[in-house]
Amino acid sequence: MSKALLYDATICIGCKQCEQGCATENNLPYSDSIAAEEKQSEHKFTAVLTRGDKFMRRLCMNCQDPACASACPVAALRKTAAGPVIYEEGRCMGCRYCMLACPFNVPRYEWNKLFPRVRKCTMCPNRVAAGKQTACAEICPTGATKFGERDELINEAQQRIRDNPGQYVKHIYGLNEVGGTSVLLLSGVPFDQFGYSADVPTEPMPLLTSRVLSKVPDVVMLGGVLLGGIWWITNRRDDVAAAEDCEKNSAFEDKKRGQDENGKA
Amino acid sequence: MAKPRFGFWSVILWIVMVLGGYSLILRFARGLGASTNMTDEFPWGLWIGFKLFAVALAGGGFTIAAVVHIFNLKRYRPVLRPMILTAFLGYSAFICSLIIDLGRPYRIWHPVVMWNDHSVMFEIAWCVMLYTTVLALEFAPAVLERLGWQRALVWLRGVMIPVVILGVILSTLHQSSLGSLYLIVPGKLYPLWYSPLEPVFFFVSALCAGLAMTVFESWHSRKAFGKQLEQSLLTSLGRVLAVALSFYLALRFVDMVHRGVFHLLLLPRTETYLFLLEIALLLIPTLLLFQRRIHQNPTALYFCSVLTLLGFVTNRMNVAITGMEASSGTYYFPKWTELAITLSLVAGAFAIFWLAVKYLPVFPPAHETHLAQSARVAAPSAAASPAVPELTHAGS
Ligand code: SF4
Ligand code: SF4
Repeated sequence: MSKALLYDATICIGCKQCEQGCATENNLPYSDSIAAEEKQSEHKFTAVLTRGDKFMRRLCMNCQDPACASACPVAALRKTAAGPVIYEEGRCMGCRYCMLACPFNVPRYEWNKLFPRVRKCTMCPNRVAAGKQTACAEICPTGATKFGERDELINEAQQRIRDNPGQYVKHIYGLNEVGGTSVLLLSGVPFDQFGYSADVPTEPMPLLTSRVLSKVPDVVMLGGVLLGGIWWITNRRDDVAAAEDCEKNSAFEDKKRGQDENGKA
Repeated sequence: MAKPRFGFWSVILWIVMVLGGYSLILRFARGLGASTNMTDEFPWGLWIGFKLFAVALAGGGFTIAAVVHIFNLKRYRPVLRPMILTAFLGYSAFICSLIIDLGRPYRIWHPVVMWNDHSVMFEIAWCVMLYTTVLALEFAPAVLERLGWQRALVWLRGVMIPVVILGVILSTLHQSSLGSLYLIVPGKLYPLWYSPLEPVFFFVSALCAGLAMTVFESWHSRKAFGKQLEQSLLTSLGRVLAVALSFYLALRFVDMVHRGVFHLLLLPRTETYLFLLEIALLLIPTLLLFQRRIHQNPTALYFCSVLTLLGFVTNRMNVAITGMEASSGTYYFPKWTELAITLSLVAGAFAIFWLAVKYLPVFPPAHETHLAQSARVAAPSAAASPAVPELTHAGS
C-alpha cells in the first residue's frame, strides 16, 4: 500500500527539527542561516514557514499522479508504488520541464553547477523501502508530521477535524488536489496564506496532456492514409492527362501516316 | 549601391557573432546560473521563446511540401526550396539553442533510449530528430544538383513522396506539441494565453508564419541577388496568408468567447498591453492583405509579412515569458548573454541562408524554370537585370 505523510499545522511548534532531519538524510548543509531561509531551494528540500504564531511546512507533495513525472521526457522522475516520487539523476538531461509542470513549484535546479541536478524532497525512498519512517516524521517531537498508510492517515485527519471543528479549516489539503498527494495537510488558517493555491484542479494534471498525446497514433495513421490518398488522386490525374496526351498524339500520327500512305497510293 | 548596405550588415553580423561566442563560452564554462537570468521561479526563459518561434518559422516547410508534392499544385514549386531551407535552418537553430539551454546537453540523446510516452517533451524530442532528417532529405536535391550527383538524385526522387508524407505528419505533431507543452500549466500561464486549444493555435500560426516568411525571404533575396519569386505567386501567397491569418484570429476569438476571458482586457496590466500588441500586429496585416493594391505591391506585401512575423514573435514570447511571469511571483528579463546567444543564432541562420541562396539553386529552381517563365520573372523587374544571367548561370 501507498505510504504518506500527514502534517498538522495546529500541532506544529515551528522547531524546524524536520528541516534538520531532512538535511542530514539528504547530505545537505544546515545552519542557522539556512534555517532562516523560508523557501525550498537546491540545498533545502523542506521549509517551515512562520506567520506570527502559525506554521506551515512546504515540501514536495509526492503526488499520486505527478505532473513532474509525466512531463519528464526521459522518465528521470517516477512515482513508486510505495509513495515516494523519486529522481534518477543519471537519466536527467536538464530540460527543466518538470519545474514548469509542477503545480506546486517544487523542483529546484542547481543553476550554479556545470553538471546541474534537479533537487527536491523524494520522501526518503530508501527509508520507506526499508520499512522505516521518513527522516522528518521520525525526528518530529510533537507528531505534527506523521508517517503512515495514506488511507489510515486520511481517516485520522477526518477524525481530527470532526473532533475539533473549531480548530481546523474544513479541508484536507492533498486529499483531492491534483488527484491526491502523498503529503496531506491540516491547518487552522486558510492554506493559500502559505502559498498553497486554493484553485489547483482536482483531476490529475497529467490528464491535461495525455488526452492530447493519446491522439498521436491516430494522427499518424489517418494522416498517412489521407495524404497518401490525396497524392494518389492528384498524381493519377496527371497520369491520365499524360496518357490522354499520348493517345491524342499517336492518333494524330496515325492519321498523318494514313494520309501519307494515301498520298503515295 | 548594394555594396555599402552589405558592408553595414556584415559589421553587425560580426559584432553579434563575437558577443554570442563570448556568451557561449561563459555558458559552458560557468553554467546556466552565471550566463542567464533564469531562476527556480522562472526556469524557462528567452531561449524557450526563441525555440518556439524558430519552429513556427519552419512551418512553411511542411505546408509547401504538401502543397507541391501531395496536392500537386505545381505553380508553387518555386517556393519549395526556400521554404524547405528556412525550415531546415529553423530546426537547426532549435537544436542549437536546445544544446545551449539543456542543463546537461551531452545527454541530449537520452530520449532515444529512455522513453516516457506520457511526456510532451518526449514527443517533441522524437519529432525534432526525425523531422530534421526529413528536411535534410527534402533539401538534399539542391545540393546534389549543384554537385551533379545524378544517381543519388534519382534515388531521392524515388523516396520523396513517403518522405514528404512522413514530414507533414511529423511537423503537424511537432508544431502542435509545442503548444501542448503548456497544457499542463493551467494555473501558471495567464488566461489570455492558456487555452485547451493551444496545440491548434500553434499549428495554425505555424502555417501563417511560414507563409509570411516566404514573402519576407523573397523580398530580401531580390534586394541581394535579384533572385525572387514571380509577383503573381507572391500575390497568391499574400491572399492565402490573409485567409490563414483570419482563420487563426477567428479561432483565438471564438476560444476567448468560450472561456469568457474578455473582461481581463479591462485590467491595466502588462499582460493586457502585450496581448493587445500581439493581436494588433496580426490584425493589421490581415486587414491590409485583403486589399488588392496591397497584395499586388511587393513592398506592401513585404511590410505585411514583417508585421505578421513580429506578431508571432510577440505571441511566442508572450506564451513563454509574459504569460508565465505573474504566477511565478518574480520578474524575468533575459540577461545580455541570453540575448547575444539568441541573436547570434538568428544571425547565423541568416548568414547560412544567404550563402545557400548564393551558391545553391534555391530560388526559382532553374532546372524546372521554362524559358518562357524566366522571361516573365525578369520582365517586371527589368531594372534588376541580374535576374536573367543568374538564372541561366544556375541552370548551366
Ligand atoms: S509536488 Fe511537484 S515535484 Fe512533487 S511530486 Fe508533485 S508534481 Fe512532482
Ligand atoms: S530536468 Fe531532468 S528530471 Fe526534469 S523533466 Fe527534464 S530530464 Fe526530467
